[in-house]
Amino acid sequence: MTEVITETIIENSDGRAVTRLSEFWAGFRATIPLIIGAIPFGMIFGALAMTQGISPAGASAMSAFVFAGSAQFIAAGLVASGASTAIIVLTTFIVNLRHSLYSASLAPHMKTLPHRWLLPLAFWLTDETYVVVINRYNAPDASPYKQWFFLGSALPMYLNWQLCTYIGIRAGQAIHNPGRWGLDFAMVVTFTGMLVPMLRNRAIVICVAIAGITSILFYGLPNKLGLILAALLAVTAGVAVEWWQRTDKTHDKGFSAHDPT
Amino acid sequence: MTQRELILIIGMALVTFLVRYPILVLVTRIPLPATILNAMRYIPPAVLTAIIVPAILIPDGKTLDLHVQNSYLIASIVAALVAWRSKNLLLTIGLGMATLWLWRWLLMLSGAV
Repeated sequence: MTEVITETIIENSDGRAVTRLSEFWAGFRATIPLIIGAIPFGMIFGALAMTQGISPAGASAMSAFVFAGSAQFIAAGLVASGASTAIIVLTTFIVNLRHSLYSASLAPHMKTLPHRWLLPLAFWLTDETYVVVINRYNAPDASPYKQWFFLGSALPMYLNWQLCTYIGIRAGQAIHNPGRWGLDFAMVVTFTGMLVPMLRNRAIVICVAIAGITSILFYGLPNKLGLILAALLAVTAGVAVEWWQRTDKTHDKGFSAHDPT
Repeated sequence: MTQRELILIIGMALVTFLVRYPILVLVTRIPLPATILNAMRYIPPAVLTAIIVPAILIPDGKTLDLHVQNSYLIASIVAALVAWRSKNLLLTIGLGMATLWLWRWLLMLSGAV
């Protein structure tokens, strides 16, 4: 059975044969803009950690073993404010809860993968890699090597984060108040550039509008809980709009409608 | 690295891994209903929006700022327009950051900040 699969030549949309290496490079290429967007973010984390009383080794270790940008920023802020270790760990958990949504969304595409793949890919999952990879998994072609695309996206993202943290640590000992340069805004523009092309239909637009409004309304909730709450409400709104559109069409035309997307 | 930092990093690493890995394994083993799978298509736009909107509109982390003096607001509107017209991520990042710096410089010249 496996022999049959390996002998079949799979082609991508351009009609070229898909190999492990071609998937890896495609993943890397698709992630390059996001890596560039993460450069200032990583450097600021390193620099900020120095001003918040975290040691250079501590900041490097956090990037290497935690590898979760926004949670690292919040942790640095909490260390400076004198919060207890337990509170910082709990906050990290809540801020990163969105990764469980990502995992749940990727998992149906990764059913055949062994743990030696799932383990590192789960560790390297980020907002950026998720958006690029889910797009690849949703592509209609039957490439058996889409996990190599994931690896090609995640690994450079990880290495870049380590390098930028290091540069930031060195710079942080020289520059004071790195936030003054507005480099923290790089994450916002990067995410904006990822979000806008997703607005393809009315259900997604309404989903995004609800996410925006509720994220502001619930902003005051502790531990960034508002983020999760806003995301869940927005997803519900998107599904509801889609459901309405479908039932409307069924009533108007008297037959069951196709997927509105 | 202090002992406290070591415990903190181990704790953070552990919980971050716990929200990523077990769910990935669980959902690969147990099939999800079609309704849930369909709903998941809304996760990326919902989460990205819920991250960036407060960062843009509450730049100091405390108060809603809808004034033109909010350079994040102006720059992200420009970035969104560039993303919409060009669908080019690098161009969006470049012009978004350039607008931020330009706008801050103009505000400084006009004495508004």
